[in-house]
Amino acid sequence: MSNNFRLESGEGINQTEKISFKFNGKTLFGYKGDSLASALLANGIHLIGRSFKYHRPRGILSSGSEEPNALVQIIKDKDKAKTDPNVRATQIEIYEGLEAQSQNCWPNVKFDIGEINSIFSSILPAGFYYKTFMWPSKLWRKYEYFIRKSAGLGKSPTEKDPDKYDHKYYHCDVLIVGGGPAGITAALMAAKSGNKILLVDEKPEFGENLLSSSKENIKINDLSPAEWIKVKRKELLNFKNIKTLNRTTVSAYHNYNYLIMMQNLTDHLSENEKKGKIRQRLWKVRAKKVILATGSIERPLVFDGNDRPGIMLSSAVKKYLNFYGVKCGNKIVIFTNNDSAYETAIELHNKNSKVQAIVDIREESSGDLPKKCNELGLKIYWKHTIVSSSGHTKVKNVSVMKLSKDNSVVIGKKINIKCDSVAMSGGWTPAVHLFTQSGGKLDFNNQNFCFYPKKTTQKQISIGSCNGTFKLADIINESNQKTSEFINQNVENKNKISEPKEGDLENIWLLPSNKALGKTKSFIDFQNDVTAKDIKLALREGYKSIEHVKRYTTTGMATDQGKIANMHALGIVAETTNTKMGDLGTTTFRPPYTPLTFGAIVGRNVNQFFDITRRTPIHSWHKKNNAKFEDVGQWKRAWYYPIDNESMFDAVQRESKAARTKAGILDASTLGKIDIQGSDTSEFLNRVYTNAWNKLAIGKCRYGLMLNDDGMVYDDGVTTRLNENHYIMTTTTGGAATVMSKLEDFLQTEWPELKVYLTSVTDHFATVSVCGPHSKKILEKVTENIDYSDQNFPHMSFKEGSINKIKCRVMRISFTGELSYEINIQANYGQSVWEKCMNAGKEYGITPYGTEAMHLLRAEKGFIIAGQETDGTVTPIDLQMDWIVSKKKYDFIGKRSLYRSDTAREDRKHYVGLLTKDPNEILEEGAQIVAEVKNRPPMDMIGHITSSYYSPNLNKSIALAVVKNGKKLKGKKLFVPMANKTIEVTVSDPVFLDKEGTRLNA
Amino acid sequence: MFIIKCPYCGERDHSEFSYGGEAHINRPKKPTELTDDQWAEYLFMRKNIKGIHYERWNHSHGCRRWFNMARDTSNDKIHSVYKIGEKPPV
Ligand SMILES: [Zn+2]
Repeated sequence: MSNNFRLESGEGINQTEKISFKFNGKTLFGYKGDSLASALLANGIHLIGRSFKYHRPRGILSSGSEEPNALVQIIKDKDKAKTDPNVRATQIEIYEGLEAQSQNCWPNVKFDIGEINSIFSSILPAGFYYKTFMWPSKLWRKYEYFIRKSAGLGKSPTEKDPDKYDHKYYHCDVLIVGGGPAGITAALMAAKSGNKILLVDEKPEFGENLLSSSKENIKINDLSPAEWIKVKRKELLNFKNIKTLNRTTVSAYHNYNYLIMMQNLTDHLSENEKKGKIRQRLWKVRAKKVILATGSIERPLVFDGNDRPGIMLSSAVKKYLNFYGVKCGNKIVIFTNNDSAYETAIELHNKNSKVQAIVDIREESSGDLPKKCNELGLKIYWKHTIVSSSGHTKVKNVSVMKLSKDNSVVIGKKINIKCDSVAMSGGWTPAVHLFTQSGGKLDFNNQNFCFYPKKTTQKQISIGSCNGTFKLADIINESNQKTSEFINQNVENKNKISEPKEGDLENIWLLPSNKALGKTKSFIDFQNDVTAKDIKLALREGYKSIEHVKRYTTTGMATDQGKIANMHALGIVAETTNTKMGDLGTTTFRPPYTPLTFGAIVGRNVNQFFDITRRTPIHSWHKKNNAKFEDVGQWKRAWYYPIDNESMFDAVQRESKAARTKAGILDASTLGKIDIQGSDTSEFLNRVYTNAWNKLAIGKCRYGLMLNDDGMVYDDGVTTRLNENHYIMTTTTGGAATVMSKLEDFLQTEWPELKVYLTSVTDHFATVSVCGPHSKKILEKVTENIDYSDQNFPHMSFKEGSINKIKCRVMRISFTGELSYEINIQANYGQSVWEKCMNAGKEYGITPYGTEAMHLLRAEKGFIIAGQETDGTVTPIDLQMDWIVSKKKYDFIGKRSLYRSDTAREDRKHYVGLLTKDPNEILEEGAQIVAEVKNRPPMDMIGHITSSYYSPNLNKSIALAVVKNGKKLKGKKLFVPMANKTIEVTVSDPVFLDKEGTRLNA
Repeated sequence: MFIIKCPYCGERDHSEFSYGGEAHINRPKKPTELTDDQWAEYLFMRKNIKGIHYERWNHSHGCRRWFNMARDTSNDKIHSVYKIGEKPPV
């Protein structure tokens, strides 16, 4: 195919640089500067894809980011695994090697099976999904398969995104969004004030519509609009305080002038040029002031068959013609309700596209351009409307009829006009999306039939057509005036602009037809296939709020978020319900303005940078010794250490056995550690722990439970009194940060009178825990200056000593129930101390054990793990830990709640042990417990299993659980129903081993 | 995405702070003297208002200090920021 529709020149393309690309497998060519849409049109291709619901053939409607129809799949590798779906053909610039495909069609875009939906469209009305798939519910699974298959546009990539993305923070004095005549004028003015300016625009070049404006009809200071823009662009370069960004779309406008924008850096480059470069950059901009110059979007007209390929927006037809040098057709019908389309007619006529007719719904226009068209001999049908179109994959013909006086019906004879393209204009909608995102309120303009910004809530102004100002002279003038005030810098507007006088617009949201509404397909939302009929149906069915109509019909909910559709939907609702547009309100515009890639959102936070990984100082030893790791919050903890091909079960059994019979060594460095100093520390501990702390002697350790004020357990740990006014508190690994911030909160806000100072020292110390009957002998070999006799160093006490002259703290505390010591030493000595312990313990069979064995060992002893046995609904009384709740203290955090009616209830879930009937049967953690087994669910669940292991030291399966009224069920039989069997269990005491605690002094 | 003026550090980005719920709810000094209902009032009941809301914030990724803030929940305008213990502005 050749560029049959290409003119000799176009403002935005370079015809000396030919670029070849592929569309649906066919190799085509275009020129540097072409969008994919313009290059396809130059090749005479209008049919781009199929619509979402009815699979109707769809072409190119617009020339920018508002495009609802022309979405394509960009293929990035031969296997098609790396691909971008839903790329707007109107926005992507062609590059050498670009490969694009039609979406939403099978087997191909010209012959598509799904088009059958179109024939059955009468049974696919608004709310179809809601109505059909609600009942009968059994059939949902069948429906779902087809819906999933037919829903959605494009295909997701199946492989990892190969590209790199960036994030950037930026601060500026003035951010200007939009580089059209208003934005450029504002930028140049603001720059003169010396402010730091950022000017952004979504297009490859600044200038917007001026670049495709008529050369003869509009003059700025005797220059054509395109020439004037070029002069201004050069002026911008003179200012060092202006930063300009093209191909950059503001996605979101948040509070306090915080804006998110996405800059496309390489999507327009060839594969070779892309290499090694960042694809997109997400900008997070904080601006002191924001100027919105986001322009306006042309509206289509709503008539039967307005979605056929070849039927386009009038401004787009003009842009393809003048900017890209592409004719959208040879026989074109203009259809309009305002003067702007007449400029398109004149430009087409001047460039030898035949204007078949101009159909105008107005009685007349007082403007200059209609007069000129008349003089050129173009046929104008005043007070007429298109009632239908025909042509399967491209428009061939339109039928035109006269409008009645009140515009409610069509009258007279039908006139058929042959054509290969229609350029329509239904007026202009200010792009107020960012304005409303920022919290601004809109008002309705009854003359131009559009919403425009009324009241802003931020340091921000809207200028130009996004503010409802449409004439060029007015735009430049407004830009000048409002910017002057906004930045306190008066600059005179010296621009002299001549432009044609315009007649008034007349608006009909839904044009009448000679057919009944039910027989028409007048599209409002092209992408989601919503017609005027659907909106009316929703209203008939009782939906009144525009937000409900939107959701029921899905209008405005496609990837274009109703940039084209919203106004007509509102208009038809207002008309049908006899409501004023301004009273109806609008639907909420939500970010992003145009779709963002996930890559841009995530930026560099992928793979190892997704989250912080915390490793203990002994990590490399664990790794070298074949440890498997477990994620505990951000920590990597050694889970178990398999020898050769040992299974996890076998490794854990071996480790657990060794810890009780010989010696075990555990890396406990991840435990939270808070250094507490100050003369009121014991009083403070009294308030935050359930037990009494004022009598803890120097050098002693004590276990404590922390509750929330609702009485529920949330953390536990051992705190040691190092000195008169110096303590060290340990917390669970996962709870460290929360405990720290809660304690800090109490000190700062509730008890500022307490002299207590907290410092998180979790990462400052490595903690090596050695347990088992031989642990004392090992510690004696490792440390210096510590007397380990039970008399000098009993259980729950602390000694300071040294290892190779490096100071260390040793606590004799136990989480396994064995004789056990914890060495705390400056973190960077952690691994050498660990290795020293391993060497010293070699003769005693010291065995490293991981978190799994640690959990097993403590379960044998019935010790809880906060977060495993507790879940925020468990009190210390539920845990059968009454002994740790002080009765003498007047108050502590959580105390009052312990005798609230619900917390004091007798039949709460209690912490118990469970023994299986078959000692080899291991229960599943999380499994439900019932008292009575029924044939099938539902059964009354009375609790669940919180921990379960096979104990190598008891040679039987043990489990911990919370069970309703469990304290009273000791010895009773309960059942654990599983998918294919029911397991019988007996309730027991949660302490399975050494209830007397004799092993602690072994 | 506010800019919050920490009373100790000055203006900083929202992301440095964490929210701490309604302000000026003091923990009762004599909980044992309260009925279940009175205790529940302190424990659970919080306002959910449209308009000026007095609330606690923590400069968690900065000075780690708690302070109070008066914010209009309808438009997120921050009316004032004040230290713990100071009286809320009217
Ligand atoms: Zn601060």
